[in-house]
Amino acid sequence: MAEKTPLTKEFTKGIIKENPVLCLVLGTCPTLAVTTGVSSALGMGIAATAVLVCSNSVISALRKVIPAKVRIPAYITIIASFVTIVQMMIKAYAPALNDSLGVYLPLIVVNCIILGRAEMFASKNSIAASALDGLGMGIGFTAALFLMGSIREILGAGSWFGMNIPLLGQNPILIFILPPGGFFVFGMLMAIANRLNTNAERKARETACAACPMSESCNGPDDEKECVK
Amino acid sequence: MEELLIISPSPHITSGASTRKIMLDVIIALLPAVAASAVIFGLRSLLIIAVTVTVSVLSEYISRKVMKRDNTITDLSAVVTGILLALNLPVGINPLCAAFGAVTAIVVVKQMFGGIGNNFVNPALTARIVLLSSFPSQMTTWAQPFWYKSGSVDAVTCATPLALHNAGETVPVLDLFFGTTGGCMGETCAMAILIGFVYLLIRRVISPVIPLTYIGTVALMSLMFGQDFLFELLSGGLLLGAVFMATDYTTSPINTKGRVVFAVGCGVLTFLIRHFANLPEGVSFSIMIMNILVPLIERATAPRPFGEKESKNVTV
Repeated sequence: MAEKTPLTKEFTKGIIKENPVLCLVLGTCPTLAVTTGVSSALGMGIAATAVLVCSNSVISALRKVIPAKVRIPAYITIIASFVTIVQMMIKAYAPALNDSLGVYLPLIVVNCIILGRAEMFASKNSIAASALDGLGMGIGFTAALFLMGSIREILGAGSWFGMNIPLLGQNPILIFILPPGGFFVFGMLMAIANRLNTNAERKARETACAACPMSESCNGPDDEKECVK
Repeated sequence: MEELLIISPSPHITSGASTRKIMLDVIIALLPAVAASAVIFGLRSLLIIAVTVTVSVLSEYISRKVMKRDNTITDLSAVVTGILLALNLPVGINPLCAAFGAVTAIVVVKQMFGGIGNNFVNPALTARIVLLSSFPSQMTTWAQPFWYKSGSVDAVTCATPLALHNAGETVPVLDLFFGTTGGCMGETCAMAILIGFVYLLIRRVISPVIPLTYIGTVALMSLMFGQDFLFELLSGGLLLGAVFMATDYTTSPINTKGRVVFAVGCGVLTFLIRHFANLPEGVSFSIMIMNILVPLIERATAPRPFGEKESKNVTV
């Protein structure tokens, strides 16, 4: 990642190209645990996004103050304060969601997406870029959770947001809300995301390199050493 | 799959065996069990078999097409998977659920791992387990033998011999042998399975090591624990599993030593699950667990090349 990437790209990359769950394979534990229903998946996604945006901005703002040796404890403290705020809000305004998320809500503190973005991105980039990165990653996380939650709830419980679905409601395929079904859906979605990414890459390469005289010897537009452009 | 280059010492004699011929033999060996299920559980069993076979072949065709690979439906392996899956289901199952099982077997278990020869667990068995955890009540509702003769629309249900046995009742051995008991469509009739077994042995499609060791281990365990061993052998899915599932080429070890380890493991697990776990039957789970262990068994039992000294640090 060069420093001059436009801000919009920082935002959009988290959604598909570097989707935290499906491509970076971070935050797998909450992904598998809370996606048995759409509403808890969505709640988890939104809570984590809120924490991610706030912690990314604050860590980015303090990046020159925090000594490198103690940066991880410092990040954890910052993240934990935001998680506490979010948890108190959810307890106050959505107690049902708090019950369904259970221990996974306080565990956002150690969610590796949040710590990962703090370490990989917010500690090296400006506040605006970090906030946008956090928002994009959060939306990517939420989207993946929403998708998984929908698939698992529709097939495994025959409902969507608790609404009964006519045909499946009588005869749901229980395995989808059990852990093995979670892994099945997770694997399938990862395969699809991989497929989308490789296709997009191939296309970008074909259009960018078609007219390039070096196309024979270089490894595509990502190869910074050789790409003439 | 790319054509594999076979490198082996001469003489290069081919037996003329092909996947298609072997699969055809397996299908022929399954026919007695299919016929028995049709007699015992009525024409509905043929309907279920037709559904799983059709869906299996279709999903094999479609998934090969989507993955842009050569088509393999002519090797008949999907047909075998379909028949085996159906024989492992109760006759009263909703055909749509059976179809879901067939799709799971072919697409998820077989084709996603590279198609025939590359699956690491038996497709039909895994599909059965997926169905068992998806539709627990349907998968454990057993129709009474000859229910269709009573004229009622709904199948009369009954318990399986293993469940009866756990409840303290006895089941006549002859009933078990001819299959006039409750259970999955293909597992009840021991006679039909044994006919298929003998056919496979005569045609040299399978080696007797795995089935005999598997069944022998269960018999030995039942003697050790003071159980009626004839009952243990004839009830549940043991014979069907030992003859048709545990002997699957892809998911069982290649040399005799490994096969013995594999089959003993299957037998011990089956007996333990039957008597010490809260499931009445454990054939499918034990074969699946041993399937997963096959790579380790292969490593531990790999033969030493002639002339090579035994290395001290064996990597297992």
